[in-house]
Amino acid sequence: MSLLNAIETEAQPQIEAAAVRKRRRHVLDLDDFSQQEILEVLESAEGMSEVLHRDIKKVPALRGRVVVTLFYEASTRTRISFEEAGKILSADVINMSASGSSTEKGESLLNTGLTIQAMGVDIIVIRHPHSGAPYLLAQHLDRVGIINAGDGIHAHPTQALLDLYTVKEKLGRLEGLKIVIVGDVLHSRVARSNIWGFVKMGAQVILCGPSTLLPLDMLRPSGNDDQDNPLASVQVETNLDRALEGADVVMALRLQAERQNGGFLPSMREYIRRWQVTEARLSRANPDALVMHPGPMNEGIEISSTLAHGGRSVIEQQVTNGVAIRMALLYHLSAGGE
Amino acid sequence: MADRQIMNDQDIKRALARVAHEILERNRGVEDLVIVGIHTRGVHLAQRLASNLSEFEGSEVPVANLDINLYRDDVKSRMSPRIRPTRMPVDIQGKKVVLVDDVLFTGRTVRAAMDALNDFGRPQQVQLAILLDRGHRELPIRADYVGQNVPTAPDEVVRVRLIETDGIDEVAIVRAEE
Amino acid sequence: MFGLAPDTILIKGPRIIDPGRGVDEVGDILIRDGVILASGTISPDDIPEDCRVVEAGGLVASPGFIDIHCHLREPGYEYKETIAAGTRAAARGGFTSICCMPNTDPPIDNSAMVEFIRQRARDEGIVRVFPIGCVTKGRKGKELSEMEELAVAGVVAFSDDGDPVEDPNLMRLALTYSSDLGLPVTNHCQDLSLSRNGVMAEGRVATRLGLPGIPSAVEEAMMARDIALAELTGGRIHLAHLSTAGSVPLVRQARERGIPVTAEVCPHHLTITDEWVLGGQATGTGTGESFAYDTLTKVYPPLRGQQDVNALVQGLAEGVIDCIATDHAPHELISKLVTYQDAPSGISALETALGSALQLVHGGHMSLITLVERMTVGPARVLGASFDHLSTLAPGTTADIVIFDPDLEWVVDPNEFQSMGKNTPLQGATLKGQVVATMVQGRFVYQDGAVV
Repeated sequence: MSLLNAIETEAQPQIEAAAVRKRRRHVLDLDDFSQQEILEVLESAEGMSEVLHRDIKKVPALRGRVVVTLFYEASTRTRISFEEAGKILSADVINMSASGSSTEKGESLLNTGLTIQAMGVDIIVIRHPHSGAPYLLAQHLDRVGIINAGDGIHAHPTQALLDLYTVKEKLGRLEGLKIVIVGDVLHSRVARSNIWGFVKMGAQVILCGPSTLLPLDMLRPSGNDDQDNPLASVQVETNLDRALEGADVVMALRLQAERQNGGFLPSMREYIRRWQVTEARLSRANPDALVMHPGPMNEGIEISSTLAHGGRSVIEQQVTNGVAIRMALLYHLSAGGE
Repeated sequence: MADRQIMNDQDIKRALARVAHEILERNRGVEDLVIVGIHTRGVHLAQRLASNLSEFEGSEVPVANLDINLYRDDVKSRMSPRIRPTRMPVDIQGKKVVLVDDVLFTGRTVRAAMDALNDFGRPQQVQLAILLDRGHRELPIRADYVGQNVPTAPDEVVRVRLIETDGIDEVAIVRAEE
Repeated sequence: MFGLAPDTILIKGPRIIDPGRGVDEVGDILIRDGVILASGTISPDDIPEDCRVVEAGGLVASPGFIDIHCHLREPGYEYKETIAAGTRAAARGGFTSICCMPNTDPPIDNSAMVEFIRQRARDEGIVRVFPIGCVTKGRKGKELSEMEELAVAGVVAFSDDGDPVEDPNLMRLALTYSSDLGLPVTNHCQDLSLSRNGVMAEGRVATRLGLPGIPSAVEEAMMARDIALAELTGGRIHLAHLSTAGSVPLVRQARERGIPVTAEVCPHHLTITDEWVLGGQATGTGTGESFAYDTLTKVYPPLRGQQDVNALVQGLAEGVIDCIATDHAPHELISKLVTYQDAPSGISALETALGSALQLVHGGHMSLITLVERMTVGPARVLGASFDHLSTLAPGTTADIVIFDPDLEWVVDPNEFQSMGKNTPLQGATLKGQVVATMVQGRFVYQDGAVV
């Protein structure tokens, strides 16, 4: 064993285990995280969370690293969250926002990525309106780590991880919990990544909403006999009251006005009547059930105001935890050689 | 190749008792003392030392845990180690901090620990208590209190086992090829 | 068009597969002056002293393949492909005759443009090139083109491919006119309002990837319409690039009712599925890891599910689908280095067509002679009787021949393509079966791994 590895006796078992584990280069979606890996991230986030509560919120772990946030979609909260995460770890964070108009096309996306890579940047955090955009960068940039901060309607892995962390922190576990996700699941990248995350951690996931807004064919078994659909355990329920029976977590999703215009919904009123998460409906859930929302909220539409700001809401903690999770991910992608 | 046992459970117990007495002697009691254990095994040793101190002096000594992984200088060259929680329940401003770790080798861990302490306040003094000093310092760092000095070859691996984490108390040297 | 090849050539010992005459036997083929003199068991007395012998033992010889649907991109898109490069690719793929689609810039909607293609093909092409003319002026879908003028100029069919003929009344007229001219209309069936902004097949994979989907109905709805119009007019409709399971019974039923419908299918729709968009199939590009959203899988019609593939294979085996066509669609690679939504559709397919198609034979879905039929006699039949002589090895016909090894394994490397289009999802995949030599009118245009 090399001198370097012999430094920390307590780290030896970690290194042996780590040597067989390939270092993760990108965080694109949760579907390729093992349960073990998710637990490691949650554990690191706990350590990071402690740093967030110090007087001096600064550690030198990522000193000299450069992180670029490349946002093709407007977003304040997620970008600030990443920026804060990077800066607390002493990384240099540079923010770029670019137009997402289709006239500019993705050609500039790859060129932008290559240019950023040529500048010696370590990590790119990207948000883009097209599903799969981060994968384009990951495929063609071999010296940069890519973190997906939301791609089209496909995935938002950092949000899902912070949701997992929030639930684990509040309820002490993830396995066996009943998680109900309510709303436009089909178009929600937050919901999709959460589905992967909670399923991997052994929770029971129930999707609730109008059937036009549920990703039904994703849950069916695949055509091949040799492959079980990993999402086979996910249940679907269009009746909110039934869905909420015994729920441990209720996650309300933002409903966008375009959905009504796109013909997915008869009307906003009907949506509110059938799927708005309210105090009254929540009585069917477990007494300790958590109320979550990825934000920003349409109060009065997918969630009632009282519930959003009530005692069971952990919406604020989600935001705090978001910084800790992003610190954990930046740390995990930066630390460690091949 | 067989492991070479350096300290058994009795050796460890006696060493910790002696170190506790040395700490009391040098600091003339426990006033303003804070014992800070470095993750992972340093934390348990710190706990034991603090127990010894309060048993010998008759008053409680505050204990804190420090994870130094966010302060390492070799972040690039290894897989990201797990981050453990740092718990600093007392203000170390103006206090006499006794850092505790199991093995002192290159000194880099202690350097990182001192950087971490700085982010919590400005101690009056920082002292270092170590169970085993194996030599091969790469930085000008020395221990104030040493359980045992054992010269080792750089490629040898020192394995410390404690009841709290490994079920037994033992310090051994194991061969590199293991 | 091709210079006389005065050599006498003997192709010695291949397994001769000549579906038009029901021949599948080991023998020799004797060629002189670009014409087949004899094929099959040839007595040594009939073989002249000065003939050049090409050893082909252990290989298969068949009529050169005919591709009734490909894109040569010239004029207007010469950065994607040229007639020169496209025909070289065809030769490497074993195709001796190819029909090029008119979605060029300017499009092939008048006799001057047809003549342009024919001249370029004469000057720079190394296999036979047959232009297809636009159905509508400028491919705009508003007014019929001057179909008779195009026919006289030498087009072999009409199509607005790249786009459908949306207006049913226009299609009705097109079928009526083309019927008088004895030429088929090839339709790219795509209901544009149903397909909206879809970029891949609707279904589990599209939902999982968060990409808008193209349901089967997009094609089938228009196919049903075209079949009804063919019935109404008696015109000959050829349905391009079938991709859905539901299209097979549509065609079968139309046939049974005596409606003059023909259909083609592309090699990719017979062999790969939308699962390929998830990644992890061939070795991928760039960093060597295989990622999802590889735009090399983006094609219209999209890759669909295993059930669709199975139905199309079955349909081809039964002859409901008349032939294989490549829909060779070369694109400059940089245009594909964008998000899936922004990428152009198309696969460079001429050089992998045989290897892909042979999977059906190796997998036991059809015999080799049936597969060869679908790549020779089948396409010729769609085009009409005047093409029969190009799809046979009968003595007295032109010597357009392909020699291939059906068992040779090779790895697809687009850098070795003759085509300028390197865009194929099969990059890095291993195929079994490859062309060894291609002969047009008695002269080898591809041999020993190189264009001659």
